[in-house]
Amino acid sequence: MNIPSLYIKEGKAINKAKGALIIAESIPGIKFNEIVDVQLSSGQIKSGQAIDISDEATVVQVFGGVSEVDLLGSKIRCKGETLKLAVSADILGRIFNGMGEPMDGAPPIIPESYLDINGEPINPASRMPPAEFIETGISSIDGLNVLVRGQKLPIFSGSGLPHNRIAAQIIRQAAVKGKVEKFAIVFGAIGISYDDASFFIRNLERTGALERTVAFINTASDPTIERISTPRLALTTAEYLAWRRNLHVLVVLTDMTNYCEALRELSAMREEIPSRRGYPGYMYTDLATMYERAGRISGKEGSITIMPILTMPDDDITHPIPDLTGYITEGQIVLSRNLERKGVYPPIDVFLSLSRMMKEGIGPGKTREDHNNVFMQSYAAYSEGCYLREISTIIGAEALSERDKTYLANADEFEKKFISQGEFEKRKVEDTLDIGWELFSALPEEDLKLISEKFIKRYLPKYSKKSQA
Amino acid sequence: MGKIWRVSGPLVIADDMKGSQVYEIVEIGKEGIVGEIIGLERNKAIVQAHEDTLGLKIGEEVRGTGKILSAELGPGLVASIYDGLQKSLLTLIENTGSFIRRGAKACALPRDKKWQFTPTAKVGDAVSEGDIIGSVPETSLIEHKIMLPSGIKGRIKEIRKGEYTVEEPIAWVEFNGEVKELKLMQEWPVRKPRAYKQRLDPSGLLTTGMRILDYMFPLALGGKAAIPGGFGTGKTVALQQLVRWAQTHLNIYVGCGERGNEMADVLYSFRQLKDPRTGKMLEEKEIFLANTSNMPVVAREASIFVGVTIGEYFRDMGYDILLVADSTSRWAEAMREMGGRLEEMPGEEGFPSYMGSRLASFYERAGMVECLGSPKRKGALTICGAVSPPGADFSEPVTQSTIRIVDALYALDVSLANKRHFPAISWLTSYSLYVDAVKDWWNQFDPGWENTRATALKILQQEAELEEIVRLVGPEALPDGDKLLLLVARMIREDFLQQSAYHEVDTYCMPVKAGLMLKTIIRFYELSQEMLNSGAGIDAIRSSPVIRKISRMKEIPHDTFEQRTKELWLEMEQNLVGHKGGIT
Repeated sequence: MNIPSLYIKEGKAINKAKGALIIAESIPGIKFNEIVDVQLSSGQIKSGQAIDISDEATVVQVFGGVSEVDLLGSKIRCKGETLKLAVSADILGRIFNGMGEPMDGAPPIIPESYLDINGEPINPASRMPPAEFIETGISSIDGLNVLVRGQKLPIFSGSGLPHNRIAAQIIRQAAVKGKVEKFAIVFGAIGISYDDASFFIRNLERTGALERTVAFINTASDPTIERISTPRLALTTAEYLAWRRNLHVLVVLTDMTNYCEALRELSAMREEIPSRRGYPGYMYTDLATMYERAGRISGKEGSITIMPILTMPDDDITHPIPDLTGYITEGQIVLSRNLERKGVYPPIDVFLSLSRMMKEGIGPGKTREDHNNVFMQSYAAYSEGCYLREISTIIGAEALSERDKTYLANADEFEKKFISQGEFEKRKVEDTLDIGWELFSALPEEDLKLISEKFIKRYLPKYSKKSQA
Repeated sequence: MGKIWRVSGPLVIADDMKGSQVYEIVEIGKEGIVGEIIGLERNKAIVQAHEDTLGLKIGEEVRGTGKILSAELGPGLVASIYDGLQKSLLTLIENTGSFIRRGAKACALPRDKKWQFTPTAKVGDAVSEGDIIGSVPETSLIEHKIMLPSGIKGRIKEIRKGEYTVEEPIAWVEFNGEVKELKLMQEWPVRKPRAYKQRLDPSGLLTTGMRILDYMFPLALGGKAAIPGGFGTGKTVALQQLVRWAQTHLNIYVGCGERGNEMADVLYSFRQLKDPRTGKMLEEKEIFLANTSNMPVVAREASIFVGVTIGEYFRDMGYDILLVADSTSRWAEAMREMGGRLEEMPGEEGFPSYMGSRLASFYERAGMVECLGSPKRKGALTICGAVSPPGADFSEPVTQSTIRIVDALYALDVSLANKRHFPAISWLTSYSLYVDAVKDWWNQFDPGWENTRATALKILQQEAELEEIVRLVGPEALPDGDKLLLLVARMIREDFLQQSAYHEVDTYCMPVKAGLMLKTIIRFYELSQEMLNSGAGIDAIRSSPVIRKISRMKEIPHDTFEQRTKELWLEMEQNLVGHKGGIT
């Protein structure tokens, strides 16, 4: 990934090597945060980064630790360049490792330009608010937690939950309703197992989407430190494809928990003051500089939608990783272990999940006029059913009134018919809404307070069937 | 001119900087990255860079500007969109495109635009700091008063009427034989509070159109409030509602370390909304500062102080201003990062020990004042800041430091948000110390305000106690009196406190309407209690058709509301009391 250029400077006088840091005398010409090579006496080369430069000393963090560094024979070599990614239109269909080197056996791409992997912030005044509905074919997303183009919507999962299958299903099925458009998928695998990575690649291959995909794969056995770069490479590629090649790009990053762990490791090596649970205090900003690269820009055709996947340690949503992510992203899809145990696929927790961009993405001309009403009423009915389920475990289902029993049964039906669906089933949003109406018909009609009269007459099966007949 | 001696993240140490002053602005490297000197040591200056320092080299030049971080104040502020350093974001789009290049420059006030200046002072008038000498119609909602900047006094030698840019002279003031030029524009160092004649106590209600604020936990003009809440609890929506509907002359929205798409949404929606009081476009009374989370960290602090300085400037014209900041936690995190780089002794959770006083220096700039200069006038700056506590845990340092400073707290509750009860402001933990300050204001329309408010809060408190019993025995096992209380508490929660930001009518609720709504519910409670006392059962009350009508009250437009409420009261009295007659 580094531009093959000549070393411009070399520093020899290393004064200290401890942990992951080496402190050498000042190297003139070195740039702040540039990637340097550390050459050991044996000739072996390690990568490092200049994290503190001054007239007196240069502090280099060595990726992979300072083992075998000696103070006499080791050298720091720098190129005067910060981390850049070579890009061109040929990048589509390629698979790279976590540092951006090809791992599909094909030669390196012939670069059209080199891009700084940290990108530049989008001017907030030139952003367009995301508003185009993406149909994922999954009812609990399309109906209740709508994904729109330019949004960043993470999946909060737990170990052993089927987040990879859900993500793969979204990649397979997602499309803007009623349009066939140029799109691309950028896949960033961060510290996941080889099996998981190959699951995604196979899945992309099978649907023929591989040629429209760029993958960056850092597996669990690769150096931790490379994980810092992997998502940035993926996003830089996405920016190139979206803003220069006018494509609609969906970026899937998995598993961001591994990224955050790597960040913590890095921070500890730098002897920084830790914040909650040892994670660095700047983790919010660090994650935000990546996730904020999603969006739409006025006057540009492309867009970037980001779907990061993270596993919540111990299923705890208040853990710093999901917590800080939730503060940055525009909602979250939360998976529930309880639903998973009940055999519900996809096990999406409707109460904890949220899409902040929903109201912009739904309604007449986008999905259907009754969408918001169906969403509100489904939510209210299911929430009442779940409350009664909780109560009935204490006082017994027999103590409930008839009306309450209806709601209790409705909550079960909702999980079975609305939330549950096949892994290869692609439901149209109209079908999703119709399932909602079918469930409403079991409820007393006067209870449908959140739906306007005209939609009841138009969509409630007992009226709509009649009018068709 | 100095040169870079050390770079570590946003911390830059420059050498050969003799003659610089603390808080002076410097430009670093060939791109001219903006930095601010935060300390001096012999020849070296400790600089915090307001932009990314990636790729800087030792020995690159550092240029002092001789100025400290200041805001440009003058016509052209209203309806602008700035970054944290008050660069116009729209100008930046013209200059550098859709992405923000570091070092890119853009003036805060347009230099080529001409403004129609009408003097109110005459030649020969004795003037001093703060005196209004004329005005410019900036937008259809804001008359921009031109005030004498600090440090100038004397007699007006000449004053002109006509069209001028912000940099052209409009008047000349003579003092002891020395003549000074006045322009439409002035500058003010952002960290220094602007002067006033006298500080007054906050008084009068800042009408927000949100029932739970206006009626239950009122915010006074010149007050300071905080909204802490975990993610997804609706902080941003609540703040957006505030800047949308607050009945002030001008609102300032500081997006500090938050989402870009949300900022875009705010900017878009404000171009389409109208002010309910004047019918003019809302944009004409708003100023936006957007320093999103991916923009430079250190500039978050600048964005807060630039915002508050602009607020004080308009306050000094005699206006009521509301400033909201989303979110102050992100600013505190920037302080923590800087503190760590400077190797300062950390306080709680790594935050610097001065975080509390820094937060206080921001909130303390809120207030109602008698402005400097003549004519005599009062202005108020009200501040409301969002706090984002990690894990929604209010015991963390930023929330705690903030709670110590503010006088009104709107605590957002995760469990309310999960139930989709919005605004998710908890009625059990929120408070306002401005009840006395707004008492007179409320009593003009609603003589029993304090009592009604207290009654409602008491019912909600009793409900919370009963809930614990319900969890054990189920709701049907309670005596009828308690069942009625639960019913009424639910009505207060769902039909009064819940308010939809997206409903055409309900998004803004006039205080008079809020008062009538709550009184209707309380009246319902009184009548139902009478019914119970005279032997009726709870089911008779539960099946009353007025309950459904009460729940639809929020959707009734304001102009027909009083009439419809009268009808509802009549029906309620007949229905409930009539029932009683039937039983006895």
